[in-house]
Amino acid sequence: MTTMANSIRTGPDERGHFGIFGGRYVAETLMPLILDLEQAYKDAKNDPAFAAEVENLNTHYTGRPSPLYFAERLTEHLGGAKIYFKRDELNHTGSHKINNCIGQILLAKRMGKTRIIAETGAGQHGVATATVCARFGLPCVVYMGATDVERQKPNVFRMKLLGAEIVPVTAGAGTLKDAMNEALRDWVTNVDNTYYLIGTAAGPHPYPELVRDFQSVIGKELREQIMAAEGRLPDAIVAAVGGGSNAIGMFHPFLDDKDVQIVGVEAGGRGLQGEEHCASLTAGKPGVLHGNRTYLLQDDDGQILEGHSISAGLDYPGIGPEHSWLKEIGRVNYVPIMDDEALNAFQMLTRVEGIIPALEPSHALAHVIKMAPTMDKDQIIVMNLCGRGDKDVFTVGGMLGFDL
Amino acid sequence: MTETRIDRRFKACAQAGRPALVTFITAGDPDLKTSQAVLDALPAAGADVIELGMPFSDPMAEGVPIQLATQRALKAGQTMAKTLQMVRDFRKKDDDTPIVLMGYYNPIYVRDPKAFVREAKDAGVDGLIIVDIPPEADDELCIPALEAGINFIRLATPTTDDARLPAVLANTSGFVYYVSVTGITGSAIADTTRVASAVNRIKGHTSLPVAVGFGVKTADQAAEIGKDADGVVVGSVLVNAIRDSLDDAGFATDNTVSAVTTLVADLASGVARARRS
Repeated sequence: MTTMANSIRTGPDERGHFGIFGGRYVAETLMPLILDLEQAYKDAKNDPAFAAEVENLNTHYTGRPSPLYFAERLTEHLGGAKIYFKRDELNHTGSHKINNCIGQILLAKRMGKTRIIAETGAGQHGVATATVCARFGLPCVVYMGATDVERQKPNVFRMKLLGAEIVPVTAGAGTLKDAMNEALRDWVTNVDNTYYLIGTAAGPHPYPELVRDFQSVIGKELREQIMAAEGRLPDAIVAAVGGGSNAIGMFHPFLDDKDVQIVGVEAGGRGLQGEEHCASLTAGKPGVLHGNRTYLLQDDDGQILEGHSISAGLDYPGIGPEHSWLKEIGRVNYVPIMDDEALNAFQMLTRVEGIIPALEPSHALAHVIKMAPTMDKDQIIVMNLCGRGDKDVFTVGGMLGFDL
Repeated sequence: MTETRIDRRFKACAQAGRPALVTFITAGDPDLKTSQAVLDALPAAGADVIELGMPFSDPMAEGVPIQLATQRALKAGQTMAKTLQMVRDFRKKDDDTPIVLMGYYNPIYVRDPKAFVREAKDAGVDGLIIVDIPPEADDELCIPALEAGINFIRLATPTTDDARLPAVLANTSGFVYYVSVTGITGSAIADTTRVASAVNRIKGHTSLPVAVGFGVKTADQAAEIGKDADGVVVGSVLVNAIRDSLDDAGFATDNTVSAVTTLVADLASGVARARRS
């Protein structure tokens, strides 16, 4: 990768820091493993055969490149900037999560690991992990908060079909953060044979870097596709952020393009006044959790809050460390979107474009719906449509008063 | 660094020809008043060194017993300020028994590490064990702690090989805490022969006392581990004793303090006979 002298795409530093964020805050039992992983990833990056294997699976297994779609009817409906979608919801397994899983399962194989564990919130990462484990014949254990098991039943069944063992986690509020704690406890117990396949661009170094790199296929394809379609880069790119993997994958290749406005959309839940939201960048403060320093929802005594979002995939009180840094340096603007706004956007896209989005990108869409009418008709917004909404129809049905 | 209560206590135990009994409880479990009473009663029951857990919402390295103890304490309103006050109140009665605060980094980070170590020293804290801050980040908390006169005690684990041990031991003082298993607190005890060889391996790298924990539940195990180790750490079994003493609504009973002290006395008899044979 070529880097400019004043590039902001060169992080993290050798100790895994993006500014003050990131790092490796883990128990001693895990330190040697994390250092091994770092070395294995360095070696893989320098091995053309590894890149070729990733690309081959991306093309023939996932179905990449994902299309760049001009949403003509939505553009007309909103009456402002031209709206494009990067269609990562069309990937095999229905979201961007597969991009990262393919890279990491190949890494796990290189390291000789024989057992895979993962955490999942909405179940998209769990499904993608169970999928690659089936594809490579490795046993898979997925930790999932008990609350999420309940609200994401279709994905729970998909994982079981794929041969994964699902462990419901009842500690705390039974959501993504609790699932991650339990996955870490498994890892520390089974260090010899187990690979922890983290689903988002967070956790101890080198996870934020390697997850970003595997997801950056989104932004790299987008650059070529938008140049082919419009002959120029977009005016704005928008993505939802929970842990932030789809967003960093889309954003990273554009960070040095100063004319491209970048917006990350957080889950505002039921509003930022109380604790029922997951807007860690807008309403949290820096702390240390799950191996990295980053913005966290926490009280004055440093206890982590549970947060809330209608979307299980955004229901996490932290955020990838590179996002924390991009917020601090002002390169990316992070905004909250409330549950009801996301629900309205979900319905609008379904009716106007015939695409049922997942609740996570529905947050990004709700912001696009706000910003597009304020922009000129010759301006361009690209949004990452990072997941499809099939998994959410029960949740949405419940909220809209349908008994499914 | 000048000699601390921890140094003096391990030296005294060594002179008495036995390992130190290191006892863990979670501060504020099941409530502040009972927890203070348990803490105050530990030395007389036979505890040589006290580890006082600072409750954290996300105790990633703990098994179920300490997770539940943490939840009980937080539910009862425990805070870092209250934990430090417990140490101050303990020190009014006991100026010799070392207290080591054990927990996770975030509650310290949000208070500012430098301010925290000064406050802790002033309260009468002798050492810190922070699970999620490796030697690679020594400048953040370990060095400020040493400068404030607080021992920084590191965990060494079965995955800490000879190549890595020097880095782990570099700024460690007070004692080395050997985690006998790869796993979470309260796991099954490891094969004692392997523990003994690991302890002796670590002693090849340091003159510091080596204490062993994670999974010690009975006086016999304490006696067995204590043949080679300079200290035996017990935690999960003590917080389980607290749990088992609570009433149906989860409140402390008249038996709560004695449930812990009885068990500590029994474990103390184990370490006392560790090297008689």
